[in-house]
Formats: sequence, C-alpha cells, structure tokens
Amino acid sequence: MTYKYSRMLEQTYLEAVRSALAEEMRRDSSVYLFGEDVAVGGPFGATKGLAKEFGTNRVVNTPISEGTVMGLATGAALAGLRPVLEIMFIDFITLAMDQLANHAAKFHYMSGGQLKIPLTIRVQCGITGAMGAHHSQSLEAWLTHVPGLKVLIPASPADAKGLLKSAIRDDNPVVFIEHRGLYWTKAEIPEGDHAVPIGQANVLREGDQITILAIASMVAPALAAGDELARQGISAEVIDLRSVSPLDVKTIVNSVRKTSRAIIVHEAVRQSGIGAEIAALVQEHAFYHLDCPVIRIAAPFAPIPAGTSLESAFLPGKELVVDAARRAMVGR
Amino acid sequence: MAKKKSSTDLIPLLHRMWLIRAFEEKASLLYAERQISGLLHLSIGQEAVAVGVCSLLRRDDYVFGGHRSHGHAIATGADINKLMAEIAGRATGYCGGKGGSMHIVAKETGFITATGIVGGTIPVALGAAFAAKERKRGQLAVVFFGDGAGQAGAFHESLNIASLWHLPVIFVCENNGYAEFTPLSAHTKVERLSRHAKTYEIPASTVDGNDLFAVRVVMARAIEKCRKGKGPVFVECLTHRMRGHYEGDPAKYCELSQLAEWKKKDPIARFARALRGKRLTTSKELEGIEAEARALVEKAAEFALSSPWPAADEVNSMVYEETR
Repeated sequence: MTYKYSRMLEQTYLEAVRSALAEEMRRDSSVYLFGEDVAVGGPFGATKGLAKEFGTNRVVNTPISEGTVMGLATGAALAGLRPVLEIMFIDFITLAMDQLANHAAKFHYMSGGQLKIPLTIRVQCGITGAMGAHHSQSLEAWLTHVPGLKVLIPASPADAKGLLKSAIRDDNPVVFIEHRGLYWTKAEIPEGDHAVPIGQANVLREGDQITILAIASMVAPALAAGDELARQGISAEVIDLRSVSPLDVKTIVNSVRKTSRAIIVHEAVRQSGIGAEIAALVQEHAFYHLDCPVIRIAAPFAPIPAGTSLESAFLPGKELVVDAARRAMVGR
Repeated sequence: MAKKKSSTDLIPLLHRMWLIRAFEEKASLLYAERQISGLLHLSIGQEAVAVGVCSLLRRDDYVFGGHRSHGHAIATGADINKLMAEIAGRATGYCGGKGGSMHIVAKETGFITATGIVGGTIPVALGAAFAAKERKRGQLAVVFFGDGAGQAGAFHESLNIASLWHLPVIFVCENNGYAEFTPLSAHTKVERLSRHAKTYEIPASTVDGNDLFAVRVVMARAIEKCRKGKGPVFVECLTHRMRGHYEGDPAKYCELSQLAEWKKKDPIARFARALRGKRLTTSKELEGIEAEARALVEKAAEFALSSPWPAADEVNSMVYEETR
C-alpha cells in the first residue's frame, strides 16, 4: 500500500507526533494536552513548542500522580473536552490502570451510552539504552484485553501522524503507543490532513509463501528478514499490524490463506503477548490453509535485564525471524 | 443568609428526603424478596447530606458519587422509575440495565456517575471541574465519598491537584464512621478528613450531616466560593448509615445501643420537628408527605418489575461509541 500524494515531506516519527498534536489542537479548541513535563517538551521533546503556541492552560503539566491524572483526563473527556494524556513510560501505566480500565474503558457501556470518553492516551514504550525493567516494557497485550479501549502501535512516521489524528478524533479511549526506538527514524509523510483509519493493517511487502506479522520495533527487522528470505528464494509477505485493538483480522486471515504459513514477531514477552491472540485467530479462521503451526517470535518470559549485553540477548530480531521462516518452509 | 425560610422552600426538601428514604426501604424489600439482584448499598440515615448538597446546585453542575449513590441521584432530581428499573436490571433503566446499583448514571439531571471503586470518582470530578473552569460558565463539580475513601492514594493526589490548579470542585465527605465493616479508627489515626484538606491548603469545614439546615449553610458558602473561581472547598458531613455496608451485611460490628442513638438523630425526623417548631407545617401535612413519597416509590417499583429485561444481544452493544 503506497500513499499516492503529490506532496510529501520528510519528518521523524517524533516530529510527526508533534505535528499531529499541533494540527489537531489548531483544528479543535477542545483538544487539551496533559502529562508530566508536557509544557516543557517532555523527556524526548514530543510536545516541544506546543505550550508556546497554545498556552499552558491547554498544554498542562501535571504532578507525578498518574492514577489521579488518568481519572482527571477521563472526567475532562466526559465533560466535553478532548484530552490527550501523556504517560511518560508505558511501564507507569500500571499506576493508572484503575482509572483507565475501570472507568475510561467502561463508562460508555455501563452508562448505557449516556457518557462518552473521547480520550487519547499517548505512551512511549520499548527497549533502548539499557534502561532496565521499569523503563523498557511493551505492555500492549494488557490493554488489548480491556473491552472499551482501542490500542494503536504505529511503526512509521506517516502512521504515527495519521493514527494519532484518528485517535484524537475518535470518541473512545484510545491508547497510542510510541516505541521510542523509532522516534528518530525519518520517512516521508503525506502533507495535508493525513488521517489513517483505525483497525487497518498495512501490507508493506507482498509475498506468497509466508506471512510475517509485526508491530513497532519489529517491523524493520521483519522487512529485513523479508529481504534476506528473498535472497534465499523464499517469498515473504510482511504486514505491519499498527492497530492491535481492533485487529485487522480480515487482512491477517486473507494473507495466511494465501501463504499457508504465519510468523508473529513482537518485542513484548512471549507468554500471553498479542502473538497468542493472533495465533488463535489464525487457527480459528485459516486452520485448513496452514502447512505448519503458527510461530511466535518474542522476548523471553522474564523482566527486562539491565545492561547492554543481557538486553541484546533479550531482544528478538531479524535472525530469529529468518530462522523461523526457514523452519516453517520445511513444515516445522 | 438573611433570607427568611418559608415553607415553599423547605417542604420540597423534606419531600425529597422522604423520597430517598422510601426508595431505599423499598429497594431493600425487593432485594430481600430476590426481585433485585447484585450488591445494594443503601444510604438510609444519610439523606440530609444528599439533599442538603444537591438542592443548592445548578442543573449544569456535575455531581459524582460512589457505590452508595441512589440518594445522590434522587437528590439531583433523577427519575425514580428509571432508577428503580436500572437497579432491577431492566431495559427501561437509566443505563439499559447495564450499570446497576453501583454504576448509576442520570446525566439528564446532572448525576454524572457512581462507581464501584472506593474514591474512584474523586479524580474524575477534578476533570469535570477542569472542563468547567475552561468553559467559564460558572459550573462546578461535586463529588461524594465516604470516610473510607480518605485512605486511598487518589484522595490525597486529588486534593493536591485540585488545590494546585484552583479547580471548582466541592469535596463532600460523608463521614459515617465506618469503612466497610470496620470503624474509621481501624483505618487511620486522622479521623476528621477535613484535616487532610487543610494539609493541601483547601478550606474545609466539618458539619453535622444530619442537620439539613447546617449542611445547606455550609454548602451555600462553598458554592459561592467555587463559582467565584476561588478554588476547591472541602465539606465533611458527620452522619450515620442506619444499615450495614451492603444489604445482607448483618452489621454485627454495630452495637444495638449505637443504633438507638443514631435513630434519635434521624435527619428526616429532625427536619420535620424543626419545620413543625417553626410552624411551617402540621403533623397531617408531614404524614401526607411521607405517604406521597411512598406512593411514588410503589409506582416506581411496579414500573421496574413490569419492565422488560434487556435483549440478550445488548451484551455486545455500546462497548464502543460509534464516532461520527
């Protein structure tokens, strides 16, 4: 799927996030930003300059009280604002889970539709820089298990911008996960009001012998694996899921029915990761098309170790995907 | 407050308190008869707080409660037919039967939501207050919670943020001395929650929550401050819950003599006595008010129990809002 636009501009993933926020705030005066240090740009500079343009009453620094701030953002949403709350590291979303899962996700349903929560939660995740177990997790699986939440994980600058716009415009609580390892990747973004629909996967590379499903930091290794496999005469289809709740089941299933083999690769730990849900869906919808079991490539079931050598032993990557694909080709 | 109190101002308050009392007693009966299921937390004995607070609010103020919020919703003027139907799980309930007793939402009268999480709506009320502040129409948020919520982290975080950001929110603590099955003294050394408010530099007062007049005086001052943009206010109302934590709780932790003491302080009886004392009403009229409330509640019960159950496929509806 290529974007057919006449004008493209190059931006980093981080710049794409920032421009999505700025454009949505210009477009809709009910969009407010909340979070720790957002008014001064945040630890990575995602919100740099926004307080200057929109004022500190719309770009609001919060104390370190994730639980209450999540509840506050929920309350602001049901009272007519369109808040975008930044949680600095997804590891800290644990502190906010009560308000997120019990209130934000459930108010619409429990109220019989009387309440609406147009809330976006931006979180940064992932392994870089040996930051250890409390600053490196990938917790999307926890969030996809909560009915009422939508969960997005863009892997490209264009999708970061497009999906963040869609998230902000969505009238439901949407968790928007940014892998910080991707923050400085640069790519072309369509100019203008580029919004990507939620719930659509992106087929990045077409192939017909094996389907590789990836998210976030694993998309580039998946593509690299696709290239390597091509050199070995194996045709891989690589799909960036980008929306993990709702999942684009149709695209996933259509691909596996075509290729008969599936690998899912994510940075989150293997046990009960989203790979498990996808594997279940694949065997539910495409069992009789499969030539081998669905394979999950993921991190080991352990907290993330500190230190660079253990961290690199922990991370999945291109080699594991290539190896798994070759095994799948011989039916193992 | 030099305004002279006339019967036209005050009789409706008595009626509203009786409506809550009658509703709760009927709900209790229906529950015992197994016509209502789930968990029921009744506010019998705490009517003066609900009515004292809500009777002074504007329709566009935001009211939040906890798990014991039938009375709060009724005090905002919620439709008791839709409320009873909701508690009974019927399709005609406020939430289509999906919320139930602990998750009442009567948005039309300003009762935004209850919750099953102790203290859970305190942060949410802050958000509504933030929106109100931005909108500049003088709206405010009110959140009811019990003394048990005073030990929740969110309670303290919320006091801090409300104060720091000068939010138009009124914290109403219904201190009935018990958090679930244990007395407050088993939960904390700080038995007057207004002390916590003062720690975060929020003006706070403690009042006899069974004295409707006293509650209204304090609330009127709090509301005036809030609407003028002077920041949050904390009102601690000392009261008693006449029943256990939930229906079915034998409440053995309450001495019988204690209950007898509390009965003497019954807020409805007290208010009725005061009105009679001021010659604003007669015994006959008082009986009429109670009878009318009970008759309305009977109708609500009939409505609820004759209403249809929600269709089975409603299980999957409204998990998400369809974005237009």
